[in-house]
Amino acid sequence: MADLTAKTPCAGLLPLSIGTLTLTEVDPGHMTAVAPLKGQTSALSEALKTAHGMALPAPNRATGKDGARTIWFGHAHSLLIGPAPDPSLAQYAALTDQSDAWAVVRLEGPGAADVLARLTPLDLRAPQFKRGHTARTDLMHMMASITRTGPQAFQIMVFRSMAHTLVHDLKTAIEAVTARAG
Amino acid sequence: MRIICPHCGARDRREFTYQGDAVALERPAPDAGGAAWDDYLHNRENPAGVTRDLWYHEQGCGAWLVVTRNTVTHAVLTTDLAATVREGLA
Repeated sequence: MADLTAKTPCAGLLPLSIGTLTLTEVDPGHMTAVAPLKGQTSALSEALKTAHGMALPAPNRATGKDGARTIWFGHAHSLLIGPAPDPSLAQYAALTDQSDAWAVVRLEGPGAADVLARLTPLDLRAPQFKRGHTARTDLMHMMASITRTGPQAFQIMVFRSMAHTLVHDLKTAIEAVTARAG
Repeated sequence: MRIICPHCGARDRREFTYQGDAVALERPAPDAGGAAWDDYLHNRENPAGVTRDLWYHEQGCGAWLVVTRNTVTHAVLTTDLAATVREGLA
């Protein structure tokens, strides 16, 4: 059998540090799409609290913290990031393994929101988009998930196949924002 | 043009994909007869005014929406989740 080496989506591309901004790859651990079965949303939220210590997020919100987070991931489903899903969740939700399917990066530093303003149509500045807020939106024509994880930090996810493009677009925007800051 | 997604709020049109008349949610019974099926499959109004269409929030939450809008003024009047509208019909 061939001896294969696992590579992360952004291997060889990150980390990156330009001016005061940094772009790093996040090792998310397990990623599981959690889609509540009909009428089971509250029961699922309770099971998630018991098993992983966080509630099921409302639309446009994320729960948990670094290492174990659940982010709202679109119509009728969320993404559990970090721990392997507890088997107890399976009676309330359809669970789909998404590990390794997404490129996950962290953009951090002063002006992080200005960088994203060049790439997405959303207003992601702090008064509009607070810690714990998340959005599914367009990032340079890629379907992205963007979550604020700190006062000047965002977690950005796109399909793994788009990792190169994501890093390229973010790098270009970081350079432009840094240049303007002079 | 902006569409107000029930999940995501007001979003730019570029996040959405147009599908067609929301009549697609009202599939006739198999034995409804030729005229009903002809209307369902082929016959469409082309109004200068208020129209009800299906849109897909492709670059966002992935929900199908029923968008009521005015083709003359480009005003988006109401948006609902197609799933909710369909349940209302059942």
